[in-house]
Amino acid sequence: MTNDALPKQPTYYEEVERKGYSRRDFMKFVSLMTAFIGLENTAIGQVAKALETKPRLPVIWLHFQECTCCSESFIRSSHPIVADILLDKISLDYTETLMAASGTQAEAALKNTMTKYKGQYILCVEGSVPTAADGVYCMIGGKTSMQILEEAAEGAAAIIAWGSCASNGCVQAAKPNPTSATPIHKLVKGKPIIKVPGCPPIGEVMAGVIVHYLTFGRIPELDRLGRPKAFYSKRVHDSCYRRPFYDAGLFVETFDDENAKKGYCLYKVGCKGPSTYNACGVMKWNNGTSYPIQSGHPCIGCSEENYWDNGRLYERASHFAGFGIEANADTLGKVALGVTAAALAGHAIATNIGKSKLIHEHQAEGRESEHELEQ
Amino acid sequence: MSKRIVVDPITRIEGHLRVEADIENGKIKDAYSSGTMVRLLEEILRGRDPKDAWAFVGRVCGVCTSIHSLTSVRCVEDALDIVIPPNAELVRNIMFCAQYIHDHVVHFYHLHAMDWVDVVNALKADPKKTSELAQSISKWPKSSPGYFSDLQTRIKKFVDSGQLGIFANGYWGHPAYKLPAEVNLIGLAHYLEALEWQKEIVKVHAIFGGKNPHPNYLVGGMACAIGVDDVSGINAERLAYVGQLLKDGKDFVEQVYIPDLMAVASFYKDWGSIGGGLGNYLVYGDLPTNGYRDLSGYKFPAGAILNKDISKVYDVDLKKEDEVQEFITHSWYEYKEGDDKGLHPWKGESKIKYTGPKPPFEHLNTNEKYSYLKTPRWKGHAMEVGPLARVLVGYARGREDFKAVVDKALKDLNVPVTALFSTLGRTAARGLESVLTAQWGLDFYDQLLANIKNGDTRMAEMSKFDSSTWPKSALGVGHTEAPRGALAHWINIQDEKIANYQLVVPTTWNASPRDNKGQMSAYEAALIDTPVADEKQPLEILRTIHSFDPCMACSVHLYDEDGTTISRISVLGD
Repeated sequence: MTNDALPKQPTYYEEVERKGYSRRDFMKFVSLMTAFIGLENTAIGQVAKALETKPRLPVIWLHFQECTCCSESFIRSSHPIVADILLDKISLDYTETLMAASGTQAEAALKNTMTKYKGQYILCVEGSVPTAADGVYCMIGGKTSMQILEEAAEGAAAIIAWGSCASNGCVQAAKPNPTSATPIHKLVKGKPIIKVPGCPPIGEVMAGVIVHYLTFGRIPELDRLGRPKAFYSKRVHDSCYRRPFYDAGLFVETFDDENAKKGYCLYKVGCKGPSTYNACGVMKWNNGTSYPIQSGHPCIGCSEENYWDNGRLYERASHFAGFGIEANADTLGKVALGVTAAALAGHAIATNIGKSKLIHEHQAEGRESEHELEQ
Repeated sequence: MSKRIVVDPITRIEGHLRVEADIENGKIKDAYSSGTMVRLLEEILRGRDPKDAWAFVGRVCGVCTSIHSLTSVRCVEDALDIVIPPNAELVRNIMFCAQYIHDHVVHFYHLHAMDWVDVVNALKADPKKTSELAQSISKWPKSSPGYFSDLQTRIKKFVDSGQLGIFANGYWGHPAYKLPAEVNLIGLAHYLEALEWQKEIVKVHAIFGGKNPHPNYLVGGMACAIGVDDVSGINAERLAYVGQLLKDGKDFVEQVYIPDLMAVASFYKDWGSIGGGLGNYLVYGDLPTNGYRDLSGYKFPAGAILNKDISKVYDVDLKKEDEVQEFITHSWYEYKEGDDKGLHPWKGESKIKYTGPKPPFEHLNTNEKYSYLKTPRWKGHAMEVGPLARVLVGYARGREDFKAVVDKALKDLNVPVTALFSTLGRTAARGLESVLTAQWGLDFYDQLLANIKNGDTRMAEMSKFDSSTWPKSALGVGHTEAPRGALAHWINIQDEKIANYQLVVPTTWNASPRDNKGQMSAYEAALIDTPVADEKQPLEILRTIHSFDPCMACSVHLYDEDGTTISRISVLGD
């Protein structure tokens, strides 16, 4: 098992060099990128070094207060498949879910990567950190999760906060948050942190974040909340295939009613899609098989901060984020209804006279719903 | 003189588990199992809408995903006397079966295999011989010499890179590894294939529940309306998709998982007399065929077995206050009436109180309290739950389908029925019930198609969804058989809100600390007398602990009655 047996794969820097860019170009790119994501100058070296490092990027994946749904979702990724990520793309040097070693050997593997690749490894965190009672509500190897995070974060090039637990605390941080479950960005400062919220995040989104880093040599562009824009810039509502029913005022009134069988909008039975930023409507789940709304259940808003305390599951959301403080869903629905129902009718009549009866029925139903919404 | 060793973290499990063991003359003399993470979810549930509980408790575990949500909706339906439509029962059953084969295959290959399969040794295998062996035990098509030699080349390249990733620091070359290189190579090949396959079978959950992990459930039925003439509903395309996934799942179980399991087991028959432990088994039962309330119609029959006596199966009643009780004598909690008492979950109380050593620490004080898990008992007995318990109760109840798979496995391995009471028995039972559930899933699927064809498209009973129709107070119990064993939730609803919610979960039964009488629970009991060849590489401990398939996030979830919180401490400045 020597290192000489096979030709080395090029590192990112070598690849860049081969393509005719100078080290100066490379450093310029790295510093621009680092400035863009708002890091201090000291971080530039770290990111550059991470990209220049071994052929497979060293990754440490810590588990704190979590349910392992993020790890499970990660292994659901269909492109790339996880076997290829693990064998060809990254070196997952520590993860309690999959690693062969336990106990002291596991801790040795963690320590080895932290020392050998200081400043170069990516730290993934699954789970929140309980800070109550000096941290004793989560202990691994006799240390608290607070101690472990502090040690592992210090030498990380960047941190990925997987899922809603690490991004915003998720279920254990719901009121009254008895263990003081705390997300990562409130505990670690001075490092780039990529938040990938969702309970769990979509598997292909998780793989996508890692692949972005590997393919483009930089962390993905983040929004003001620290989420990759590629996956969290649209509301589920905006990309929902049931959106036309919302615009037309056609709603499921109760589960399993005739409207549910016809796939009408789930807003009245509690859908949080209008206030939830995620890629579910576009990418769907499990390699595009379905997503909650397609399977008849309202979006529960699992990628939003404090979603457990933002109203009951089946209660119609009264306030929508992103539309100004005064606007609520009812007025929005009405405004949208007036404009779109007419447009829908015009469009539909022009393109398909044969469906006019159906469209008239829908319009009548829409008026009825509109009337109800006004009450 | 015995020597105390600590294994923490135990990896390839869900959550955070620590084992301390005393070793004397190469064997384990005493063992202590400790759960070291707590989230206090039951406190968070108090005062919330019972209809929402499934979403909260679903997040107890993402590995046994769906199963807590199922238990929760059943628990609320029990309290409110809601009978769900047959189609909803069938969809829940189909999702249950898909979950089983997913969970068991992933456990076998990704969480347990490396206790038996020496990955590095697979590099020494002869691809041609490996191919011959693979073809002699299964008709699975990926078995050519070229397939195995390509894999070997890929793994050699991986190992030669010097970055061993998830395989780093394994106990490779340990004398307890007994498989020929060719079997190791087959195991490694199927590790990777299973990793790819597992993402497929869970699509059943995505179709009915919208996503996996954490599919959606609904009190009263399921939200996936049947609309055979609409693109949104459960229509012919969606149903055909489910049928294909279930069929492919069954093929993988029968042509990959079971042949591998039997091949590996044949080299480790000595583990048929190691790790037996308690000999008491508890099953709540599941997979209703005539409604959830008719226990006699369950595919997995309920019952309890004591002292390995399979000639007698006892009935279990979760509502009787003297049957299931939880103790905290060695757990980091306090009871009002004293720490020696046992409490039925409807009266469950717990106030968390950590009295362990201040971290960082080397050892727990195992004479006192040493775990965040409470200690459940059935009529005072420590019980093992899980696949072995289910298979034994099915076998002891004289169910033909159980007898068929068990007797065939015993005959093929040429071992007596007593070999089931062991680490190997536990691992084998998981495979045997995968064979059963893979077939049952298809049976339920056929029934669902027949119902829809006959015009029954009901999927949810909504007449009691509005909480104003509820009684002022209601008590309910929901139970299931999670992949890891008997699981139940107890709810107390007052004024349309959750007044108390208690979960007693499989890994709490198995991994809990000692009770008020000093009786060990299943993990600790199973470790006693386990040989440990090299105390610096306690591979044998992992074999027995992994044979239970630990799920720690499930097992620790209790509430803090006083809501005590201590001031926030920032780790890295503010």
